[in-house]
Order: sequence, then structure tokens, then C-alpha cells
Amino acid sequence: MTRIGVVIFPGSNCEYDAASAMRELGATADFVWHTETDLAGYDGVILPGGFAHGDYLRPGALARFSPVMNAIADFAARGGLVLGICNGFQVLTEAGLLPGALQKNKGLTFISGPTPLVVTSTKSVLTRAATLGQRLVIPINHFSGAYTCDDETYESLVAGDRIILRYEANPNGSRGDIAGITNETGNVVGLMPHPERAMSTLLGSADGRILLEGFLGRSLQRVS
Amino acid sequence: MIFPLVVDVTLRSGIADPEGATIERALPALGFSGVSHVRAGRTFRFDVEAPDEAAAIELAGALAHRLLSNPVIEDASVRRGDA
Repeated sequence: MTRIGVVIFPGSNCEYDAASAMRELGATADFVWHTETDLAGYDGVILPGGFAHGDYLRPGALARFSPVMNAIADFAARGGLVLGICNGFQVLTEAGLLPGALQKNKGLTFISGPTPLVVTSTKSVLTRAATLGQRLVIPINHFSGAYTCDDETYESLVAGDRIILRYEANPNGSRGDIAGITNETGNVVGLMPHPERAMSTLLGSADGRILLEGFLGRSLQRVS
Repeated sequence: MIFPLVVDVTLRSGIADPEGATIERALPALGFSGVSHVRAGRTFRFDVEAPDEAAAIELAGALAHRLLSNPVIEDASVRRGDA
């Protein structure tokens, strides 16, 4: 059975939703405290949403120095699955595991609500089960979600087919309507929307399932 | 010796600054005219114990770039903090 570690920083608040989504899709989910230094035995790691270390200084700025982040960098380099959702995406950019930065939203308001996205690349562990051009409605819930990067980085993201999700109608000023990106090898993914909150039509949308099923989908070599 | 220092962190030129833009838009309504190119930033003040000022400034620069700023979108500069 696929085993997923859900990292908890002081101030994380979406860890139970993430773990619950993983379990519903048939994986094992364990919580991993931010002081852990060993991720042996895990197939994947999720950095959930929230306000790690109070988002003091900048979102993710202090969390990136947590002991677990060295283990995650090592895990990612060996091909482990890494998914950063919302605050987790901010932590991954601060840690340099994904390029660019998440800036305060254009308009300086906290935005929250179901948001239409378009799958623009299936070359990532998160989007591999989806179809190119597929429209997904998934909630967003953030103050600092405007994806920002220099021209060189943007061009390399486009050239490498690494922009995996774009907003249908840009809600926050993100460059190129970017909602989610992946690293060069497709195993590290970050996105601002919350797929773990889109698991059931009863609660508004089940469109997150295709993404998280994809995340768990590949037959994986366990990282030891 | 102890050296009081200041680190200024500002968004790099070319990076959109929604805070600065909002402040600028508010100014005419308050009766301030002729103010443009408003950029918002942050200031950090601290004391550094070091053998000399150059060493103190070097340490402050290192921590400014490693922690206090995100080099992807921000510039950081160090200056003397003595009032």
C-alpha cells in the first residue's frame, strides 16, 4: 500500500483534510512532525496548507529551515513524490525545491472560493491521470498566491511543459495565470488550490480526486 | 564591539508591488499630490557583536539574503543603524 507522510509545521491546518483524502483513495497516511529527519519508507510527502510558523517574515520563510526540509530535499532528489498545497507550495518555493515565489494577491485581499482551473500539462505526478485541457473546479483559500518569477524562469517553465494548472480567470495576479507548477522531473509539485477539499460532490466538487488519484497512481519505487 | 545595523528589504524593480500601488492610489483623496513611484518595503533593526564594522556588515548582509529577504522577488541592503 502506498504510504504518504503528511508534514505538520506549527501552524499547519489542512493536515487532516490531506490525510483523509489520501486514506479515502486507499493510501496509508501518517503525520510527520517538522522536526523529523528521516522519511525512509514513505512513497510520498504532502506539505499541507495553513500558516507554518505563523507565516512570519514571509509565508514559508521560517518553515524552510525546519529539520524535515533537508529530508524532503533529499527525498525529492531520489525521486520521491512531493506535493505542496497552498502554504506547502509557498514552503517549497522558499526552500528552492520549486522556482519562483508566491506574492501577496493583486488587490491585497484574502480570497476564498471554488475556482475553475485548466490542466495545461500532464507531465507531473499530480496531473498524470488528468486530460490536457480538462476543466477542474477546486477551492482556493489564500492571501499570498500570486505566482511571481523572472522572464528566464517563466520561459524555462513553458519550455519544460512545467506549468501544470492555470486559472481560467486569474483571481490573484499570478504570472501567466499559474495555479500550479512542477519541477524538471515531475515528482515535486506545488499548487495554490486545495484538491483535498474537492473530494465529494456533496461538499461542492469532486474534481480534486483526479489529481490526488494521479499523485498515488504510479507504481512506485519506495525510497529508502 | 556592538554595531547597530539596519536592513532594508524592498521588492526588486519590475516586481509588482500591490501595497505600494494601493498607497499611491489613496494619496490624492487625502490631498497629497505629485507623489509617484511608491514602493512598500520592510525594515529590520538589530545589533551585531563583531570585531569590526566590516565584519558586522558582512554578517548582516549574509542573514539579510539568507532569511530576511527572498532574492527571487526582493533586494536587501545593509546600513548603519546609529540614530
